[in-house]
Amino acid sequence: MLDDIGLKSIDQLFDDIPTTLRSKAELPIKSKLSEMETRRYVEGLLSKNQSTRDILSFLGAGVWPHHVPAAIDAIITRGEFLTSYTPYQPELSQGMLQSMFEYQSLICDLTAMDYANSSLYDWSTALGEAARMTSRVTSRDEFIVPHFIHPERLQTLKTFCDPADIKIVEVPQDPGTGYIDQSELKRKLSNRTAGVYLESPSFLGFVEESCDDIAHVAHDRGALFVVGCEPISLGALKPPGELGADIVVGEGQPLGNHMNFGGPLLGIFGCKGEGLLRQMPGRIIGKTTTQDGKQDAYCMALQTREQHIRRGKSTSNICTNEALLALAAAMYLSLLGPAGITELSATILDRTNYAIQQLRKLRGVKAPVFDAFHFMEFTVNFQDAGKHVSEINDALLGAGIQGGLDLSTYFPELGQTALYCFTEVHTHRDIDMLTDELRVILGAN
Amino acid sequence: MVYSQARWDEPPIKSLSGHGHIGFHKQASDPSPALNTIPKILRRSAPPSLPELSEIEVIRHYTRLSQENFGIDLGLYALGSCTMKYNPKVCDLLAASHKIQELHPYQDQRTVQGILQLLYEAADSLAKIVGVQKMTLHPAAGAHGEYTGLLLIRAYHRDMKDLKRDEIIVPDSAHGTNPASAAMAGYKVIEVRSNSRGCVDTEALKGAVGSRTAGLMITNPNTLGIFEREILEITRIVHEAGGLLYYDGANLNAIMGKAKPGDMGFDVVHLNIHKTFATPHGGGGPGAGPIGVVSRLADYLPIPTVEFDGSKYYLDYNRPKSIGKVRAYHGSSAVVLRAYAYILLLGREGLETASEVAVLNANYMAQKLRKIKGFSLPYAEGVPRKHEFVLSASGLAKETGVTALLAGKRLMDFGIHPPTVYFPLIVEEAMMVEPTETESKLELDAMVTAFEKISNEAYSNSDQPKTSPHAASVTRIDEAKANRPKTMELTWTSHPTE
Repeated sequence: MLDDIGLKSIDQLFDDIPTTLRSKAELPIKSKLSEMETRRYVEGLLSKNQSTRDILSFLGAGVWPHHVPAAIDAIITRGEFLTSYTPYQPELSQGMLQSMFEYQSLICDLTAMDYANSSLYDWSTALGEAARMTSRVTSRDEFIVPHFIHPERLQTLKTFCDPADIKIVEVPQDPGTGYIDQSELKRKLSNRTAGVYLESPSFLGFVEESCDDIAHVAHDRGALFVVGCEPISLGALKPPGELGADIVVGEGQPLGNHMNFGGPLLGIFGCKGEGLLRQMPGRIIGKTTTQDGKQDAYCMALQTREQHIRRGKSTSNICTNEALLALAAAMYLSLLGPAGITELSATILDRTNYAIQQLRKLRGVKAPVFDAFHFMEFTVNFQDAGKHVSEINDALLGAGIQGGLDLSTYFPELGQTALYCFTEVHTHRDIDMLTDELRVILGAN
Repeated sequence: MVYSQARWDEPPIKSLSGHGHIGFHKQASDPSPALNTIPKILRRSAPPSLPELSEIEVIRHYTRLSQENFGIDLGLYALGSCTMKYNPKVCDLLAASHKIQELHPYQDQRTVQGILQLLYEAADSLAKIVGVQKMTLHPAAGAHGEYTGLLLIRAYHRDMKDLKRDEIIVPDSAHGTNPASAAMAGYKVIEVRSNSRGCVDTEALKGAVGSRTAGLMITNPNTLGIFEREILEITRIVHEAGGLLYYDGANLNAIMGKAKPGDMGFDVVHLNIHKTFATPHGGGGPGAGPIGVVSRLADYLPIPTVEFDGSKYYLDYNRPKSIGKVRAYHGSSAVVLRAYAYILLLGREGLETASEVAVLNANYMAQKLRKIKGFSLPYAEGVPRKHEFVLSASGLAKETGVTALLAGKRLMDFGIHPPTVYFPLIVEEAMMVEPTETESKLELDAMVTAFEKISNEAYSNSDQPKTSPHAASVTRIDEAKANRPKTMELTWTSHPTE
């Protein structure tokens, strides 16, 4: 091959790199391993982990444990999907394009929105993009968020809003119910408010009862209403599209994707109306036909919003997204169907209710802290038991149980409170094991 | 080679719905009474209108769709700038362990020492490969890395009380994400032209820098596949003006073991893990875009970083100067795991060989293809390319009407994924070819033969290129129709403006 290009050595191909760079270029990393050695080494590292199959975990907080049907991994590991790039050449990439069109449609069915894009990185970046979109659409510069927002989502939102000079305004929530303080909301709304954001179910598991009132209040002041959602709850709960949402964001990980230590995740993003559609970030797939009109076909649509065409004036810089996770989500929703998702959300609710009922019986435990309807997650307060969440969690871990997320640093006003999560992966017996162990731990006081 | 992609004419999954079909294995006990505990005002009035299919129906649908999709496992995927190299299967196998898949990001750190160690070692290896001090593994993609990197530059200048720097310079050959990320990070984008060699014009650069320059974003080798020979001068000009240097790592596959961005003077470097480090791109993602920085920027990295205190690995949130978070949790760990396995597998020798063979393959192809009638290799005559090169089909287009787009479509009939077309913008009828190191001479020669055939067809006025593709699951797509308000369909229920 060198002969074909008239060179004597490979080195000549790098002759144009300055020698000062070449001389320091050696890679100070380890020598190569065989496949067997690589496997042994990485498996050795992984064996030091205790996964949620090794221990009984009650963590949720934005990444939730669910059963992933075997059919999904069988499809998403197929090389045709797994090893393809972004579908820049649609004729050769119909499989992925059609799957993304189906994903967008299924997300719209689930959320009752008009349009969805084919994915963003995760819920937190979807929220950041949503805030910027409300500002672009309204030419305003304030974005209102609830007090009990996921702290990491709030931190990401700040990182997205700061360079765009969008101010984040926090609205308090009732300490008894967790519901938005509507008089405070009205006070904070102004002709600078671009958007009002609400999470449903909330980060702490309670579900706001007055979403449509909040939507009205926001709309009356010319602001957009953005709803963040956990998708499986929508099998049982009113979808954002029926609550007055203009934009919906959420986390698609529960839809057939593994937790993977928190990444990769799947950012859901949808909106209502054509005006908003044209301001939407991310890739959107459209259905069309072949030029001869004989076959249905799919391709990227509305690309003039995107960075490879619009460069500095695009609606977002996103290029690589989370297509494979969106494919898993499309499969998941298709496998479940209307009956499956209803049953699944009922099961989760059954576990939630059972856990509340059992934990409440423990001395010094308040569960949940908020007097409201909860789905999948709720707050457990140990204040009266006289123990810190951290010591309780330490003791639980000794018994092979990972307790709920310690909220005491995120929301100090809640005192010694943890956020517990219960899904279909937890049986009543698992919940009994947790309560039995807690009884022992708390009783020892 | 005769190629024929499956053609199933598979309808949207919603139209396959059959009443009462379900692909979900229900449990024996009926949980539905729990639904009655939902306050009426919150309850969904009717189940979402999802399709109803059995498991085998869903499997067949998506297996058929997979057959209508082209991946690197099927053949040469010459998409320039995307580094479509083979993704070793052992990396996928390791990532399929429940010891990563079923880990929760908030687990007690004593229970996740293995993954923390892996992330720590991966970050360390990546930092050494590019010659920087510290990495963050958080960004989910290259563009996300760019955004993060620019926020670090912004934080640095603010911390130095150097508040007037509001411009980012990008070459006219830059990836579209560069100006888009700069704009998102609040910067004004200043474009500098390329010179006749396709490289940054240092005189133009000198004219562009000043007290408002926050930084320069550049990839090296550049998008023409040409190494920016004057890189040390370029980084000096920007540094002297008080700006910082951002390295777009999309093209790192050309120079591993040959030159390090850190040594070139770059302050921030992003890596496209799904390109250089062989993690499968999944038809659009997931990817990962870790960024590395020199020491003066390390304090601003997103929280948490993974650290080691001599006895245990831990997540460090106590970084007061940090820009905060660019996403929730700790990054795309399952992607990073695959990349680390790839680094272990290749080692220092293997990574350098990968770059050498990638560059050899590209130059071999460039020399073969440029000689084919209708094609040329503009810019920098006689200068070797690196991992990719940009061919111009302008001769072919002018003389026969077969444009870069059509030549690309025709390539599909030979079982080859077309190059990136019409990018970079500074080349007419551009075809950006990146064969990567994992293609054999046999595969490369097959692509050369395909180009020769296309040229012959074009000059003999054959209809073949103009009516292509013939072997893909669909014939040429009407993309305009998908964008016209009256015919646009973006979901199976939405028909805007109708």
